[in-house]
Amino acid sequence: MADVAKPANGETLRDREHRSGRRVAWPTSRQMLALLAILALASCLVFMTVGVRGNWGFVLQLRAPKLLAMIVVGHAIALSTVTLQTLAGNRILAPSIMGFDSLYILIQTLMVFLAGTALAMAIDPIALFIAETAVMVLFALTLYGKLLGGATRDLHRLLLVGVILGVFFRSTASFLQRLLDPNAFLVLQDTFYASFNTVRSDLLLIAAVLIGIVTAIFWRLVPQFDVLSLGRDTATSLGVDSTRLTRISLGLIAVLVSVSVALVGPLTFFGLLVASLAVVLVGSRRHAETILAASLIAVICLVGGQTVLERVFQFDTALGIVIEFFGGIAFIAIILKRGFT
Amino acid sequence: MVERHHAGESPTAALPREPAARAAPEPDRPVARDGHPGSPSRRNGQKLLSLGLLTLAVLFVISLFVGVGDLSVRTLLAGTWDAETMRLMLVSRIPRSAAAVLAGASLAVAGLLMQMLSSNRFVEPSTVGTTEAAALGMVVITIFAPDASILAKMLFAASFALLGTLLFLVLIRRLRSKSSLLVPLVGLILAGIIESTAYFVAYRNDLLQSLGAWSRGDFSMILQGRYELLWIGLALAAIALFAADRFTLAGLGRDISVTLGIAYERIVALGLVIVSLIAALTVVTVGEIPFVGLVVPNLVTMAMGDNGRRIVPVVAICGAGLVLACDIIGRLVRFPYEISVGAIMGVAGSLLFLILLSRGRPARG
Amino acid sequence: MIEAAALTKLYGKARVVDEASLTLASPGVTAIIGPNGAGKSTLLSMIARLLPIDGGRALIDGLDVTRTRGDELAKRISILKQENGLMARLTARDLIGFGRFPHSKGRLTPTDYEKIEEALTFLDLLPFADRFLDEMSGGQRQRAFVAMVLAQDTRAILLDEPLNNLDMRHAVAMMRLMRRAADELGKIVVVVLHDINFACAYADRIIAMQGGRIVVDGPVEEVVSEETIEAVFGLPVMVRDVEGQRTCLFRA
Repeated sequence: MADVAKPANGETLRDREHRSGRRVAWPTSRQMLALLAILALASCLVFMTVGVRGNWGFVLQLRAPKLLAMIVVGHAIALSTVTLQTLAGNRILAPSIMGFDSLYILIQTLMVFLAGTALAMAIDPIALFIAETAVMVLFALTLYGKLLGGATRDLHRLLLVGVILGVFFRSTASFLQRLLDPNAFLVLQDTFYASFNTVRSDLLLIAAVLIGIVTAIFWRLVPQFDVLSLGRDTATSLGVDSTRLTRISLGLIAVLVSVSVALVGPLTFFGLLVASLAVVLVGSRRHAETILAASLIAVICLVGGQTVLERVFQFDTALGIVIEFFGGIAFIAIILKRGFT
Repeated sequence: MVERHHAGESPTAALPREPAARAAPEPDRPVARDGHPGSPSRRNGQKLLSLGLLTLAVLFVISLFVGVGDLSVRTLLAGTWDAETMRLMLVSRIPRSAAAVLAGASLAVAGLLMQMLSSNRFVEPSTVGTTEAAALGMVVITIFAPDASILAKMLFAASFALLGTLLFLVLIRRLRSKSSLLVPLVGLILAGIIESTAYFVAYRNDLLQSLGAWSRGDFSMILQGRYELLWIGLALAAIALFAADRFTLAGLGRDISVTLGIAYERIVALGLVIVSLIAALTVVTVGEIPFVGLVVPNLVTMAMGDNGRRIVPVVAICGAGLVLACDIIGRLVRFPYEISVGAIMGVAGSLLFLILLSRGRPARG
Repeated sequence: MIEAAALTKLYGKARVVDEASLTLASPGVTAIIGPNGAGKSTLLSMIARLLPIDGGRALIDGLDVTRTRGDELAKRISILKQENGLMARLTARDLIGFGRFPHSKGRLTPTDYEKIEEALTFLDLLPFADRFLDEMSGGQRQRAFVAMVLAQDTRAILLDEPLNNLDMRHAVAMMRLMRRAADELGKIVVVVLHDINFACAYADRIIAMQGGRIVVDGPVEEVVSEETIEAVFGLPVMVRDVEGQRTCLFRA
């Protein structure tokens, strides 16, 4: 019975896909991108203007850094997730899930731990940030280079190792923080939770510059990513040096993660959420479109979400938690739905 | 010891003999004599058990004499042992050490049960959402009935833990790919979701500090009268030992259990209740101690296999020893300050987990 | 004695097993054959109460499997499923010992130890008795599971493709073992087989299934004919008697 039913079923499915097609109701990816851009712009406008009374200059000055931080962070997370997914050859990974965010927190802690609290507090924050980012790139290349470089093709093992690596980094950071004296603990206290209210505005400028550079480099690499998404072997035979591409990209992703964690803190599932949505809305064949869509969705989620939470629900610092909650559910839904192998 | 028949003269009551054509094993090879009671895994077990007990006793004594208060072996030798010292011993040191032993033993057994219930080696209560759900339950009951007795709160938390674990089991039954590594992954994410819910609810109700206490394992606040709930954990571990055969079979899967006449659903339900109660007990009294239930059963299983009746006692003793050792380290590392046992287990446990993963031993499931 | 009356299993609207009826009263080896998806495993699972029954009923020694206590049935019928993918870290001896669970509830008696030792001996497992299952080859592990079923010592034994993972020598040894369990111990053995010639050589009776229905049920000589095999498998074959043994040959 089952044998007879199977092929018939398969055919009808394909037929249905053919007939009902996406052409009928689904906008083209360009239309979709335009729609997302409008939504993103609208949420930024609302965020800047809603509830403003009296002194505009003061309010704008207060909100502009926050808005800029959210745009920078959203874009950094979206870009790093989409590219890492292509490098690893699947759509379920994200840098934060693989422990990148926690690694950065550990590096931050280690810096204070090794340099001593007094020195750490005296150093120029921008210099410290650059040093941390450099160490982060180094660590990411050595640690994740092997993990993602094709040695492990077992996706489940890769994911689980990544998640546990994250737990290990986080536990070690929190252990080291307890070894420090209370002052140092204060310096690092905020590192474990994402917050969009205590944005590090002192780092905003350098962060924006770094993100701009990284985006420019990735933009030049986009054609290679399109080829790489066909698979490592195909890419190699088409002349793309996938090992080199992996190394460069890992370094860049490390920079992106440093920026987003330094600015607002770790967000485990946000990247996966926006990347998945982007793939659903515009597909994943052309990376330029996927990345753009993911970034726009990220901005809509962050800015729109913050506006709604702040203005409607009066929850001031809850955005990170809400994102984690829905992102986690999305992750499980993806696993259950695809039952991916 | 059971009287063994020589294999060559064993009565053919059950089954006919092999034909000569078949390369049958030499009938009187020594292996055949070496019957069940003397098998290597069992000898291993007895050795490990006594070694473990001895280590645990030594650790316990050390634990009694480590701390900020003026109570060391020196006071004992110098003969300055007075009523005050005695009180410190009775009110603080003994309860604290006992709490570590009880929590460690019951958490390790809970981990083993969790692994049998989900037929997967890489899970334990704190990585599938059980512990997090218990903490959420504590937040909720503290909001709605802040004056409830500690026992009532614990039972409420246990019911949350039960629901969280059930949710996990339902989710993994629905997984299409039965990869043994996907199961712990789903568990970790579910735990994260429940944890963020608890964090959110606690944050809205000004309970972050309490939530911190429930989610960070710490023995420094343990005094006489504040840990006795943990004895229930030991009783639960004893029940697990009593039903160990059934749990082992449940770990082999539903088909084999049913064939051998086990009420599979009932034994899973019993296991769930035990695991949830242990998780809630420890969350309420000392807070979450991660990875004990994962690391200990895995290491013990590697040496002795999965036969529940043989390994439950060893798992309990090793779990007790590990937690006690971590607590002692936590008291010494930055003397006179203390580092919580949860923080130490977080580092040691995740590192050991990574090592277990990289060994690549085929997992259950 | 196994009796199944109009057993039916539904997955959605598909009738995976469709009113299958059979009676196995006397000792012997019965082979169930049929193409993939014919419902062979599902039928066995329902008889052994591993799957809920959607229609009809199954009796073991007159006891309805859906109403009788599990431990009572465990003394009368045992089943070994095809997928024992689990990699439990039990020794072969431990595993086989669990086969005695219905009789001793885990407190092994001298009789139990004897049965374990016998099962080990007759499946050629003595050299590996104390090795962990996850350190064995696929064939050794398969034999350990069969030994567990034998140690359970039930009159009815159901085996779902027990020859998987076995090389030719061990496959033949396994079938001979089934044969002798039936002849000398009076067991009712039901075995799902993929290879018709194994069924021809060792079974007394063959049940052929297709599309969830039992299409033929009878002695080997009756069932294995060119017409029936072609009808069941949709493949023309040559059927010959080779030295008195019914044999199925592919057409080149």
